[in-house]
Amino acid sequence: MNFNWMAWTAPTASFFGIIFCLLVIMTIWELKCPGGGPRIGILRFETTRGDRLFVSLLGSAFIHIFWLALFPGLSLYWALVFSCIYALAVFRWV
Amino acid sequence: MIAKQTNQKAWFMVLPVFLVVAFSAVIPLMTVVNYSVQDTFGNNVFTWVGMDWFKDLIHSERFHAAFLKQLMFSGIILLIEVPLGIMIALAMPKKGWGVPVCLISMALPLLIPWNVVGTIWQIFGRVDIGLLGHSLASLGFDYNYTQDPIAAWITLIIMDVWHWTSLVVLLCYAGLCSIPEAYYQAAKIDGASRWSVFRYIQLPKMQRVLLIAILLRFMDSFMIYTEPFVITGGGPGNSTTFMSIDLVKLAIGQFDLGPAAAMSLVYFLVILLLCWVFYTVMSNIGEESSNGGK
Amino acid sequence: MRLKWLIPAIYIIFLLLPIYWLVNMSLKTNEEILSVFTLWPRDLTFANYMVIFTDASWYSGYINSMIYVSINVVISVTFALPAAYAFSRYSFVGDKHLFFWLLTNRMAPPAVFALPFFQLYSSIGLFDTHIAVAIAHCLFNLPLAVWILEGFMSGIPKEIDETAFVDGYSWPRFFIKIFIPNIASGIGVTAFFCFMFSWVELLLARTLTAVNAKPISAIMTRTVSASGLDWGVLAAAGVLTILPGALVIYFVRNHIAKGFALGRV
Repeated sequence: MNFNWMAWTAPTASFFGIIFCLLVIMTIWELKCPGGGPRIGILRFETTRGDRLFVSLLGSAFIHIFWLALFPGLSLYWALVFSCIYALAVFRWV
Repeated sequence: MIAKQTNQKAWFMVLPVFLVVAFSAVIPLMTVVNYSVQDTFGNNVFTWVGMDWFKDLIHSERFHAAFLKQLMFSGIILLIEVPLGIMIALAMPKKGWGVPVCLISMALPLLIPWNVVGTIWQIFGRVDIGLLGHSLASLGFDYNYTQDPIAAWITLIIMDVWHWTSLVVLLCYAGLCSIPEAYYQAAKIDGASRWSVFRYIQLPKMQRVLLIAILLRFMDSFMIYTEPFVITGGGPGNSTTFMSIDLVKLAIGQFDLGPAAAMSLVYFLVILLLCWVFYTVMSNIGEESSNGGK
Repeated sequence: MRLKWLIPAIYIIFLLLPIYWLVNMSLKTNEEILSVFTLWPRDLTFANYMVIFTDASWYSGYINSMIYVSINVVISVTFALPAAYAFSRYSFVGDKHLFFWLLTNRMAPPAVFALPFFQLYSSIGLFDTHIAVAIAHCLFNLPLAVWILEGFMSGIPKEIDETAFVDGYSWPRFFIKIFIPNIASGIGVTAFFCFMFSWVELLLARTLTAVNAKPISAIMTRTVSASGLDWGVLAAAGVLTILPGALVIYFVRNHIAKGFALGRV
């Protein structure tokens, strides 16, 4: 078996590493205090921690895409900063 | 809702499904992500290009065009298939010999391999040998789906209506069959009009299945590939090059792995977002109706 | 209202017309197809069908399709049964998200995965085998099977499980002896849907096969582009791909509508 064709690079590997770590952290969190802290936020339906993580990640992906579309000259790290702010907002209010 | 028992060992029952799906889903997805930031000239030699493919993609006319065409196609077929499906489901017989006849003949198009559906319509629409094309031509219409973009679009839309309206019909029919006869009798006693029977009895009962129908139809039409590929091959010109067709042209036709991967990811993210919105709406409506029923 | 039956009747005619045209063409000779326009075959011929039944490169396609579809149905149903039971009876860490993730795979366009699939299955040495196509089709059939079965299982009262356990049934024995007979029609519907989606899919099946496991649908597309246009044989091949589906529909006709509502009505 040869998995060279997957063409791993350091940045993509660390990207998936971070996602994996996030999932592990969420699992541990869930085992420590089960239930997922359900509440009804500004989206007017019940969300749990996992939903909020999903909304943050998906939203961040779109923030990056729109950043590329609107400001092709600027660094993507700004988009990353915005994504982090967005994720914090999601965990606080959604 | 009955509270379910918490049992972490249930993971072991899910594990086989999880592993098989993860094998087919996660490894290819990771590969696509890897390709999307690199360039290659074959032989597994890759060079890092960062976000260039995404930048090119977002600003490319071709992508915008394919995306718009895709949205338009999905929108049009939903607008036709959903009302038509409801109408047919309402008119279908509830008992007697008509039921199996309807069910069997309506389910038939769903079980035809997609490229055969394409072939059927390719033949059916041809001016020289097809019934539809020949009849239209002899009636004096200038119809040729291989040259005229509008004719190609109409052919594809009729094809999709032919192929998939039955799904909406069968779903709605299942929803309608679950309405107890007593409801209709009560409505009759109250002297309710045909419209209010539909609005207040039949539509609420169909709401959930209708959502499933819209979800399935939207998703499947959004990733339609085989039928247009067989019928028009994306042409004439690029007029029916939908997202999937464009993607396969890019990935397999031109072997541009990087741009194709970037496009796959954006495509996938859009699908994921829509999927999540629909799923959330669907499960919330489900919860409301199951709570409201008690 | 007395003309209500007209709506489904017209719709069914609309559905059957293109299929009739295909059957009609499969029974004509190529000369007749191309020279005159006839609503039914003038000189009836079965030569087109004989071409398919006597040429191994044609009929092996049907055998290949049948093999991988059957493997896929067996894998999907056996794997999905315990998983659907877990989803319908227990709550566990990440259950809702796992369920959603499974569904997203049902919704993911196969075009996105086609190329990596080719490389994945080549690298583990499964390229051009039936099992490769069967496993690849699990990507969308397993989530669907879990979804449908979960709906059917949620309709079975939990008391049945509890009484069985009180009576001293072990879990596997309870599952096989009591639970499965209870959802037999659900399993039938699930198998039908897995059959259907595996049978109609072309893109992945074509990407993952070259010679030995090539499905009939891929052989058809090749013939269209390569050997000129032998319309009669093409139509005959098309008709033969419709037959298994028609046969399966006939057996499950009473459950179709329920299955289309995914057991959730």
